[in-house]
Amino acid sequence: MTRLSSGGRVDRNQRVNFSLDGRALSGFQGDTLASALLANEVKLIGRSFKYHRPRGFVSAGVEEPNGLFTLGRGGRTDPNVPGTTTELFEGLEARCQNAWPSVQFDLMAINSLASPLLSAGFYYKTFMGPRRGSWMFYEPFIRKAAGLGTAVHERDPDRYEARHAFADVLVIGGGPAGLSAAVTAGRAGQRVVLAEQDFLLGGSLLLEEVGSQAESWRREMQQELRSLPNVEILTRTTAFGLYDGNTVALVERRDAKVRQVIITLRARSIVFATGATERPLVFRNNDRPGVMLASAVRTYLNRFAVLCGKKVVVITNNDSAAATVSDLQRAGAEVSVADLRKGVTSIEVEGGKAVEGITVDGQRIDCDLVCMAGGWSPAVHLTSHCGIKPKYHAGIHSLVPGGYAPNQFGAGALNGTSTWQEAIDEGARAVGGTAVLNLSDTAHTPGYGIAPIWQPPKGSTKKAFVDFQNDVGVKDIEIAHQEGYLSVEHLKRYTTLGMGTDQGKTSNVNALTIMAGLRGIEIPAAGTTTFRPPFTPVAIGALAGRSVGKHFRATRRSPLHDWHLANGGEMIEAGPWLRAWWYRWAGDNVGSAYIEEMRLVRRGVGLSDVSTLGKIDIQGPDATELLNRVYVNAFAKLPVGKARYGVMLNDDGVLLDDGTTTRLSETRYFMTTTTAQAGEVMSWLEFLLQTAWTDLKVHVTSITDEWAGMVVSGPKARATLELAFPGHDVSDAKIPYMGCLEFNLDGIPLRLIRLSFSGELAYEIYTPADYGVALWEHLLKSGAPLGIKPYGLEALASLRIEKGHVAGGELDHRNTLDDLGLGKMASKEKPFVGRDLRQRPVLQAPQRWSLIGIECLEADKKLRGGSILFAANDQIEGHGRGYITSVTWSTELDKFIALGLYQGGLKHAGEEIICAFPLKNEQVRARVVSPLFIDPNGERLRV
Amino acid sequence: MLRITCPFCGERDYTEFRYGGDATKPRPAHGTSDRQVWHDFVFLFDNPKGPHREYWQHVLGCRQWLVLDRNTATNSVGESHVPREVASK
Amino acid sequence: MSSRYSALSLARHALSDAPWPRAWGSPQPKPNYEVLVIGGGGHGLATAYYLARNHGIKNIAVIERAYIGSGNVGRNTTLVRSNYVIDGNTQFFEFSMQLWEGLSHDLNFNVMLSQRGQIVLAHGPGQHDALARKGNIMRLNGIDAELLDRGDVMKILPYLDYSDEARFPIYGGLLQRRAGTVRHDAVAWGYARAAASLGVDIIEGCEVTGFVIQDGKVTGVETNRGRILAGRTAIAVAGHSSHLAAMAGLRLPIESHLLQAFVSEPIKPFVDHVISFGAELFYISQSDKGGLVFGGHIDGFNTYTQRGQFPKVQTVAECAVALIPSISRIRLLRHWAGIQDMTPDGSPYIGRTPLRNLYIDGGWCYQGFKATPAAGWCLAHTVAHDEEHTLNRCYALDRFERGAELDDYGIGNWTYKQ
Repeated sequence: MTRLSSGGRVDRNQRVNFSLDGRALSGFQGDTLASALLANEVKLIGRSFKYHRPRGFVSAGVEEPNGLFTLGRGGRTDPNVPGTTTELFEGLEARCQNAWPSVQFDLMAINSLASPLLSAGFYYKTFMGPRRGSWMFYEPFIRKAAGLGTAVHERDPDRYEARHAFADVLVIGGGPAGLSAAVTAGRAGQRVVLAEQDFLLGGSLLLEEVGSQAESWRREMQQELRSLPNVEILTRTTAFGLYDGNTVALVERRDAKVRQVIITLRARSIVFATGATERPLVFRNNDRPGVMLASAVRTYLNRFAVLCGKKVVVITNNDSAAATVSDLQRAGAEVSVADLRKGVTSIEVEGGKAVEGITVDGQRIDCDLVCMAGGWSPAVHLTSHCGIKPKYHAGIHSLVPGGYAPNQFGAGALNGTSTWQEAIDEGARAVGGTAVLNLSDTAHTPGYGIAPIWQPPKGSTKKAFVDFQNDVGVKDIEIAHQEGYLSVEHLKRYTTLGMGTDQGKTSNVNALTIMAGLRGIEIPAAGTTTFRPPFTPVAIGALAGRSVGKHFRATRRSPLHDWHLANGGEMIEAGPWLRAWWYRWAGDNVGSAYIEEMRLVRRGVGLSDVSTLGKIDIQGPDATELLNRVYVNAFAKLPVGKARYGVMLNDDGVLLDDGTTTRLSETRYFMTTTTAQAGEVMSWLEFLLQTAWTDLKVHVTSITDEWAGMVVSGPKARATLELAFPGHDVSDAKIPYMGCLEFNLDGIPLRLIRLSFSGELAYEIYTPADYGVALWEHLLKSGAPLGIKPYGLEALASLRIEKGHVAGGELDHRNTLDDLGLGKMASKEKPFVGRDLRQRPVLQAPQRWSLIGIECLEADKKLRGGSILFAANDQIEGHGRGYITSVTWSTELDKFIALGLYQGGLKHAGEEIICAFPLKNEQVRARVVSPLFIDPNGERLRV
Repeated sequence: MLRITCPFCGERDYTEFRYGGDATKPRPAHGTSDRQVWHDFVFLFDNPKGPHREYWQHVLGCRQWLVLDRNTATNSVGESHVPREVASK
Repeated sequence: MSSRYSALSLARHALSDAPWPRAWGSPQPKPNYEVLVIGGGGHGLATAYYLARNHGIKNIAVIERAYIGSGNVGRNTTLVRSNYVIDGNTQFFEFSMQLWEGLSHDLNFNVMLSQRGQIVLAHGPGQHDALARKGNIMRLNGIDAELLDRGDVMKILPYLDYSDEARFPIYGGLLQRRAGTVRHDAVAWGYARAAASLGVDIIEGCEVTGFVIQDGKVTGVETNRGRILAGRTAIAVAGHSSHLAAMAGLRLPIESHLLQAFVSEPIKPFVDHVISFGAELFYISQSDKGGLVFGGHIDGFNTYTQRGQFPKVQTVAECAVALIPSISRIRLLRHWAGIQDMTPDGSPYIGRTPLRNLYIDGGWCYQGFKATPAAGWCLAHTVAHDEEHTLNRCYALDRFERGAELDDYGIGNWTYKQ
């Protein structure tokens, strides 16, 4: 190979230095890694997947099966990068893959000797013995041999972004058809986006010489497009997937600041001008370095000024190879042609690490380059992504799009069109215009005269490759056929044909025609595999975009969040929320801190942030009716100014959520839900009102984020309020248990609801979120003489266990009202949602697991969440009789206690049980007790 | 990407919505005390491969529920309606 | 030359260049069978195999609309495990696991069972307790399980995100060492070949267009290749179950949703285990060919298109990077989808139907593949005895009427949230 002294679309004034396996090389700006390597006479650049045969570049584009490299280092290591589409940049470090110690001398080439054993599907037939589980012995070797490049476990330092875009017309492909469509639509004032995967516009025009008419036309179109403000040109941008709703996903390769951008583009209409890729031919040793696609050789010659060989043999089944022949001759190469249409019967390449010669029909010819021209496969991938299978076009013996969805159009070589003028016409028509552009085309003939011959009829089928990357040859297809893997999907999966990084771009059509031949059927009847996105591989990090690290998912914060952080609060995730888990005033770790916080609440007064609870405003004349329908218990007679604990079921009769609803007026209620179910309950109420109970006059509004909520809890709670709200009556008479009081404090609205989760005297206080911090600090300051301090979620969740309140651990969408001891809440008077399916026999079975309290009988042991419960004399095996749902150390009882579900529930009160935790080889003796561990009569609540 | 027209907000990506299932199953009137009727309503589905009339809620927009006609065999999206204006099957 | 697979026969064939016999034939459908299995996927083929092997039934056909294995068995992410907490599920999936362990030898086809271990992650104490409950149940049922704290997870999976930047820090996990992966295509082909060797007719390109029903009894089917009568008929068609059941006048408790699956370019060994993220539904492993195979949640609305929406691709990629930050540079090679028949409680149905001599297997949600051997075994038993096996009694089609849901993840009765 040589770099010609002139020509090409490279900038000879800008030398670019790069390296391959540590060897310093250079090329020019405008080179790809492949063209620069070829210019430096580097032919051998890889080893094949299975047999480790020496390989060189086959193509000049995305269809490249062999020339894959690992680029970069550290967190920027990129395995499996095709050299043919990599723009050369200063400092590029490339390494060959899948060879050890080097591509020149690869020890794994020994696999070649075993190739008869390694044919298609061999691993299904062996590696089973001698014992069960033997595969585990062989697998590590297989895994090490498999895969191509090596990825490293280091963080990717680059940045990726996501963009949402809209267009009137999206044109995919910047070749003659695409340029025509873009210019025509652009001139008509449409909002146009033109996406081209290459860094230059032009497509097939880039195969032409720099001085050609095609090149001037290309530059003219480019200039006009750049001048139109309503046209956006995106080069280096691959449209990789077509999705429903005329949406296309693209990846734009940018720069050092933002490596790649994923664009989700919704277009009114889409023009597919994705062109066609050339097919190889199938003959013995067609995989040697120096056997290349004819059009690729032309690309290297005319685009990159690289002459790939001096003595060339061109093998063809169609007219399009003629241009390669004449261009090569003009560049000074000796060229001979073997035309399969003219009766060539056998072809065999000679040479190991490079082509040395070729024998055609028994006659040997010395050569250093073999060009294959097997016809053109339209790039039907995108148009096939949404369920329209491609169809066979007998005129060009290729697949073309099977049709187009509404507002989608195709133009150019994609349709099988072979001349530029037709492509240009189609491009213009696709956007509803007429072509005013002319580009005469002497190089291309309609249908390019192809004959459906892909293999020389009497050639050896040994080492005649169809899928270069996965080392699948004609022999493998024959084996698949023999064994009955006839359908194209079975063929693909059994032989792995088309499953490599190139996804069969150079092998699919050849494979299905060979299989059709073996089966004795017409090619269309052989079917085709499903084309799936992405058209070319896309970095997973690019798809993740900016949703990385802490931005993986949104974080919901209470209005008091910053205060917690500034005041010793340790946070914990609770779904999408961050909540204060415990505070440093109480200890050094959660295990000791929560106990201190519990003590504070039981003996003094504590303050906790409950802002994350769902809050729903319910207003309207039928508000009461709504509540009465969704809650199992009666709400019709709830007096104004009072709150009531409510439980709602799903239609299936299983618990959906619990909460407290307060009546603020005749027609207005304030509902709270659990943090976790807030969204679900909101949607549920909206659903019922908007779709089923459309006659009810009531509005529901989510106010979860609008109101901060905090609870003052403990025997000294009222005293705290007296200090915090002097001049306001907060007596037991004014706010009785389950009572509500609203007033303004210095103009700040407050809503106090006296209810208790902890089992102590407690008040939930709500204020608009913006005042949350002020109220919080006010309460802490006012209550300081009483020793008030904040307590977190761990203590909150533990206090309620002592009180026997069910919460998250018990509300798991499987448990019923009766399971949780709430059966009596269900009204017998009025219907409620879920009433009937609640009565399903298994949900009412007497031996169901129902709520119990558990107290630990062994002072030196812990109770653990996730323990399985057994009766004292049970065999400890199977599913037991229940499990622990929530655990805490009880500061009141000075022992570990828990809530759990147990077969027969409180019928077994007083009995000894075993809490088994085989994961830690533990069994702890415990006793079934009432879940009301403290204050069973609720005296503390009513003080 | 599936594009749904909210009757109030216009055409949006489906990701602004949440799916709510078959809209042709008539919800038994509140107070219906026939367990079989409730069971069939909650647990059985026509699940057609073809035209489907279904609920979606515009959760990231106006929070209105809508009834959408969509073909489950092709994902082609048809008209959307305000639920109260559509009689159940 | 023998049709038995082994290293020795592989060598013999290689030396002599002798052709291998067909793995399964393509017979014409007979007018009459003792048992007809509709659906040539993993479950249907396994059912036919076990009918022949366990119950000695001679005259069996599997009819498949397209080509065998074209449905979910060829589309899934290949995971097998037996870590279930609900009574019924625990035993069934463990039985399946044990069948997996002997399957290659049983079928004389290497299904490449790789028991590399699965780690399910917990991101907080509550979730960790839920895993503990599951692991304890497993151990109490003789199934291997180990509870891991954060340090333990770090030792096994050092490349996960343990930095302060993690949105949902890893708290711990549950490890089942016997869990792992199986080569999915091999399962379909292996069962097909084994069934065919026991005399089962495997008929591709045969689509059911109706049932022949007399007096509440199913006596056969109408197909595009004519009427086929059968003493007993079993349906195992996953996502198309409602479509088929409607022909028999039945409505099923399923919605057909879409699950996407993803594979990366093939790379040298990078992930040696099956890892399940705990912050969101996401699971990943590496195939023996080198591609990272992963997936997440269903797209969220019912569809038969078998192609997913793009925002879900991004959501799944986000989970991948959140779990394994170093996956960022690795490229997605292909994504596809299957139709997942979702039941309200996330558990399947296997057994009799209201029509006599008609049996059904479906509603598998995310776990159809790992259940393949046990599902086939149990459906075969049910068909052969006209009565459920102990292991599939809990999977009755009518369990929703009785309130006997099996909600293993505690998600609640919504098909689209499972």
